Amino acid sequence: MSEMAIGTVRIRSPLGEFWRRFTRRRVALFAGMVILFLILAAILAPWIAPYDATTPDYANVLSGPSFTHLAGTDVFGRDIFSRIIWGGRVSLTVGFVSVALGCIAGMVLGLVSGFAGGFLDSLIMRFCDVLLAFPGILLAIAVVAVLGPGISNVVYAIAVFSMPVFARLVRGSTLALKQTVYVQAARSIGVRKLPLILYHILPGTLPGVIVYLSLRIGTSILTAAALSFIGLGAQPPSPEWGAMLSDGRSYLGVADHLTVFPGIAIFVTVLAFNLLGDGLRDALDQKLR
Amino acid sequence: MRGLSVEFGSGVERVTAVRGLDLDVRAGETVAIVGESGSGKSVTSLAITRLIEHAGGKIASGRIGFTGRDGRVRDLATETPESMRRLRGPELAMVFQEPMTSLNPVLRIGEQIAEAVMLHQGVGHAEAMAEARRMLERVRIPEAQRQLTRYPFQLSGGMRQRVMIAMALSCRPRLLIADEPTTALDVTVQAQVLRLMASLQRELGMGLMFITHDMGVVAEIADRVVVMRNGEKVEEGTAERIFDAPEHPYTRALLAAVPALGSLATERLPVPFEVPDGPSPKPQDTVRGSPVLEVRDLVTRFDVRRGIFGRLAGRIHAVEHVSFDLRPGETLAMVGESGCGKSTTGRSIIRLEQPQDGTIRLAGRNVTQLDGPTEKLLHRTIQYVFQDPFASLDPRLTVGFSIAEPIRTHRLLAGAAVEQQVHALLEQVGLTAQHAQRYPHELSGGQRQRVCIARALASEPRVIIADEAVAALDVSIRAQVVNLMMDLQSRFGVAYLFITHDMAVVERIAHRVAVMYLGQIVEIGPRQSVMEDPRHPYTRRLLAAVPVPDPRRRWREQEVDDSEVPSPLRAIGDLPNIEPLVEVGPDHFVARHRVGGLY
Repeated sequence: MSEMAIGTVRIRSPLGEFWRRFTRRRVALFAGMVILFLILAAILAPWIAPYDATTPDYANVLSGPSFTHLAGTDVFGRDIFSRIIWGGRVSLTVGFVSVALGCIAGMVLGLVSGFAGGFLDSLIMRFCDVLLAFPGILLAIAVVAVLGPGISNVVYAIAVFSMPVFARLVRGSTLALKQTVYVQAARSIGVRKLPLILYHILPGTLPGVIVYLSLRIGTSILTAAALSFIGLGAQPPSPEWGAMLSDGRSYLGVADHLTVFPGIAIFVTVLAFNLLGDGLRDALDQKLR
Repeated sequence: MRGLSVEFGSGVERVTAVRGLDLDVRAGETVAIVGESGSGKSVTSLAITRLIEHAGGKIASGRIGFTGRDGRVRDLATETPESMRRLRGPELAMVFQEPMTSLNPVLRIGEQIAEAVMLHQGVGHAEAMAEARRMLERVRIPEAQRQLTRYPFQLSGGMRQRVMIAMALSCRPRLLIADEPTTALDVTVQAQVLRLMASLQRELGMGLMFITHDMGVVAEIADRVVVMRNGEKVEEGTAERIFDAPEHPYTRALLAAVPALGSLATERLPVPFEVPDGPSPKPQDTVRGSPVLEVRDLVTRFDVRRGIFGRLAGRIHAVEHVSFDLRPGETLAMVGESGCGKSTTGRSIIRLEQPQDGTIRLAGRNVTQLDGPTEKLLHRTIQYVFQDPFASLDPRLTVGFSIAEPIRTHRLLAGAAVEQQVHALLEQVGLTAQHAQRYPHELSGGQRQRVCIARALASEPRVIIADEAVAALDVSIRAQVVNLMMDLQSRFGVAYLFITHDMAVVERIAHRVAVMYLGQIVEIGPRQSVMEDPRHPYTRRLLAAVPVPDPRRRWREQEVDDSEVPSPLRAIGDLPNIEPLVEVGPDHFVARHRVGGLY
């Protein structure tokens, strides 16, 4: 129904078109701003955190929220609000770095798998199937168990279990893009494999990847918090939201603020990433255009 | 004659797609609405059925008077959605362009027709199925009883469109609106469907509103013609009047762009289309030298595997022993209907498909077995222009990047020279250097196809394979692009393998014609001999089915063959019968198949 499109004048680059569609989605835009705010807070932690995150203050143990300590203090008298700001550094870094690693590795595997096909494709996909057969957290625990506890190993662990999802996603769109007329046209011109993948296939896989990336960062922050909660992630005294929850667990009912505030931090961050992901999907989905 | 009058003006959200249109369709009359894309002809039909509301539009003003079966006159512009729902079917019915997507793919066709019958006639299931069978017989579907239990994907495009018509007619509507019902079909199938619609209309005495862009089709079917442009009616009249004495310049331009088959019967060489107010075109003599492309006994077959073990169930014999030569500056038109293997032939030459047998020589070098240097030679010397200009350009890259790609790939130029060359190419195809910064979605179909041609020229090829390169374009744009291609041929001496199903374009552009049928070339020769003196029965059938833009020369019933084109899918070991080509005239060869006992 080409007649329907007369009025919609679209003189925009694909990026401009995406931005126009994205900014229409208020919730996602708000989520994006929340994330931006969290990132800024984490970067500026040394300047905006009212107290040091690791120095104990035995004069102020387990005090409730007040004007001097906005979110109260923990069992060592450390300011929880400051620890949450500092902890954002750890959680966000783990989320971004682990997913970025998993995403890059997964994209390479997915592109190779989808483009080459045949035996290589089967090999990579069966490998991914094996990884996906483990429950995610179990796989991460296994990786940390092998590498030893610590926040950098948590990053690798989450990267490993993010990778197969991205590999599958990218392989799927690669297969679809390989069939498009414009890829065939490029092949008929004699475009070599690497430029063909870089210019014609890779950009086409990005919309799906970007959406999944934002959804996955939320999940990864949650997983990192869970690993820290069971003591495999951030080691004391470094502030980490999951580890703070774990510390506060023994004082539930006595000093709820120990668990409530880190819990809120995790909840808000993960929710913001999920909402952002939904908005990105709506703005990037070809079918909704 | 009971009058049925439609009179309205409608508006779509921000844009007025149709402005103050007056239109009448009387019972038993066929009115054709003609216009190019964006003229508002489809919007008009959607407004009448009020489906426009689902498409995001609304009727801004005007009234649509409709006389129902009960003799009451209703204003369709103000009826409630519920009463419109009841009218759609028994009173108003629609047939859409795309028979592949307008049927539900998971329901048997019998159930789909019966559903419409039960809904509007209030009869039981068994009775509805019986009615469905009668309707299928009525649209001349062979073995109607057996077809009832088949799924849409098991039917050919022509059959599906007949099913759609059967469904639309199952409630004996007073008005049938057909929106480009034959555009997606091959010419011989189009001829069958058009003839069927005309005879059913006579039988049922309904009004038929026929929306199309094809003046040839209009001439075949219409009593009256309404020409639309930019949402307004520019001319209306009886078919004879419109074709004999068009008044509005736009109608004249539209008619001029429709090549009357046979207008070049006395001309040996190709002649570009006439341009309104331009100099009258001259024949082009561009063929020079010895063949640049020689194809011998090309065979491409696809294995069809079935079942969980991938058992080889049969083979599609897409290309069977196809041989031809192409000389510099020559255009060989390859014609035939969907599935005849003409595209696969082109794709096999540039190795988008892998041929099983045969040799391909390019400028004297054998490029059948590709190694590094011959692969480069092949991809540089032969370029391919695809049918759909919307799909063949990467939507994420600028036009300039796409055109520069072959130059960069083959390292023909470097640095700033690439950009200069891109601008020069854009100007050669009638665009401007500024277009290099644009994205494909900002360009119209014709502009995009020009970009594709510029891209094909970028590697300075000697052969361009144009696969239905003008099929997706409006007639006037089509003429421009064909003229452009001919102009480029006379300047650069490039040879075209022009794959098409459009005989009118063939007549203009081709030096020689090859007719393909079931993977074989059944007739090949100079355009003049093949089109004026077709020897193979299939060539004759193909030419007879082409609609002629002259309402006085409609088909006589017996001229149209109702049979389906057989399938190229064969069992293993069942090889097709390859007949050698026999010379019947200078350079004119025909395969002597035993078809219909004519040979």
